[in-house]
Amino acid sequence: MTRLLTLFRGLLVTAAVLLAASLVIFLLIDAAPGDPAEIMLGTSAQADTLAALRHELGLDLPLFSRYLSWLGGVFVGDFGQSYTYGVAVGELIGDRLTVTLPLTVMATALAVAVSLPLGVVAAARPGRAEDNLASLFAQIGIAVPNFWIGLLLIVTFSLNLKWFPPGGFPGWEAGFNAALGSLILPSIALALPQAAVLTRVTRAAVIEVTNEDFVRTARAKGLTKRRALWRHTVPNALLPVVTMLGLQIPFLISGAVLVENVFNLPGIGSLAYQALSQRDLIVVQNVVLLFVAIVLVVNAGTDALYARLDPRLRARK
Amino acid sequence: MNRLPKSLFIGGFITAAMVCTAILSRFWTPADPTGMNILQRLKPPGPAGLLGTDQIGRDVLSIIMSGAWTSLGIAVVATVIGGAIGIGIGVMAAAKGGSVERLVMALNGVLFAFPPILSAILLGALLGPGGLTSMVAIGVFMIPVFARVSRAAAIQIWARDYVKAARMAGKNDVLITLEHIFPNISAQIIVQLAIQTGLAILSEAGLSFLGMGVSPPTPSWGRMLAESQTYLASAPHLVLAPGLAIAIAVLGLNLLGDGLRDLTDPRRRQNT
Repeated sequence: MTRLLTLFRGLLVTAAVLLAASLVIFLLIDAAPGDPAEIMLGTSAQADTLAALRHELGLDLPLFSRYLSWLGGVFVGDFGQSYTYGVAVGELIGDRLTVTLPLTVMATALAVAVSLPLGVVAAARPGRAEDNLASLFAQIGIAVPNFWIGLLLIVTFSLNLKWFPPGGFPGWEAGFNAALGSLILPSIALALPQAAVLTRVTRAAVIEVTNEDFVRTARAKGLTKRRALWRHTVPNALLPVVTMLGLQIPFLISGAVLVENVFNLPGIGSLAYQALSQRDLIVVQNVVLLFVAIVLVVNAGTDALYARLDPRLRARK
Repeated sequence: MNRLPKSLFIGGFITAAMVCTAILSRFWTPADPTGMNILQRLKPPGPAGLLGTDQIGRDVLSIIMSGAWTSLGIAVVATVIGGAIGIGIGVMAAAKGGSVERLVMALNGVLFAFPPILSAILLGALLGPGGLTSMVAIGVFMIPVFARVSRAAAIQIWARDYVKAARMAGKNDVLITLEHIFPNISAQIIVQLAIQTGLAILSEAGLSFLGMGVSPPTPSWGRMLAESQTYLASAPHLVLAPGLAIAIAVLGLNLLGDGLRDLTDPRRRQNT
């Protein structure tokens, strides 16, 4: 019952923060210069035509009514109509998600696959060559911009070795392999900074858990160092890694906007960027809200998972 | 002297070199960073320029040097914005506690949901792209980071006996914060300032890369990378120099931050 109450409170806080964020986004976009009706009809449109369109779009309503109308639409999946593409914003976002979602999932999977073993090996042999190598990787990975890595990958693997396409996305209808192939280099570029941060966190967490009493007991009972490490230390060291994965989401989103730009991918990040340059502010407004919602929901989910995985936190509550 | 962390020396050296380069670029560069020379365009490193020339014949080394001033300038101002507001609300939350603290931390949650690029997209819609948009967008994202760090550090100090004694002696929250809290959390804040300045350089480069940073002809590392995209096959040297400059600058500040942390926290030095 207490757990349910905690979960409910977490959901309530997330919803309140999301509501506050939606108001900030709405007010900023609303204050931005540019008349949507004029963008849709052109500067030479007649005044009465413009007024009619403004009325149809609900732009002549008071500020708070417009906010409520937008929010109400979002709740039922109606994000409004794009000023420049002429289609529903929800449809646009849905299309672009088919690129961004696999890209970010692939990058996260790659980052975890690289950082976990690297961090564990580094922690198991502190001060040795493996540890120094992992630390070097972490320092460089954090410092190097992912869009630069993307450019270097294009020069090496696309232009010189011709292993992968230099950019663009053929669409999933062109075949699974072709679509996946065009996401490999971008996901590597996006994964590198994440892998670097996770390597650092994994190493620190494993070192900390290694010094815990239960690991010492496991060793005293005759478990080999390797068995104690993988059976007792690593599973308990995963908690901070999970948290860090959640905290990395804002950086993953920022990275996706940049990497999609480098590789010319029609993802949601590039949609936001293009919409901004075309003053298609309703698209900007909804994409930013979506990103913010993802950050908040993932963070809340991470907190809930953390509380569930850590028996000490459960007991404290 | 021997006990000073190695990362402090390396990071301090790199950062000092970057600051010196940025200052030097205000007085001297090998060539005019905005001076075009079409006849010398896209030359590889050599007689035309130590790091070659770009698509309109500008000297790459001179643009890199001047770009250091732009990057560092925006990063420092953004960090000051984020630091001043974040630390202020962090220590206030720690001092007040209760519902004020909960409210401040909830507002932090709202700000933390806006990564710099999203804030820049939003602010770009309002103000248009430019240096100011970059500074504010990056600074806003730093507010919750500084608030969390300073609040956590300040809470620890508030629990100390000498702070309780000061309170019993009749000092108010503001006086205690100024006399006891700030001096005792300054080490952690300085560490964060170094690390966050490094991250701000990365963010500024990203915004410039997308065309949301400083406007041309102001030199910018991120925009150099964006412009190099067209010449990846014919002039790969244009990709290397700005990327390396960004990476080295960020690495320097990160190492400096790590070194300062090790210096101020002996436990960490033993553990790592």
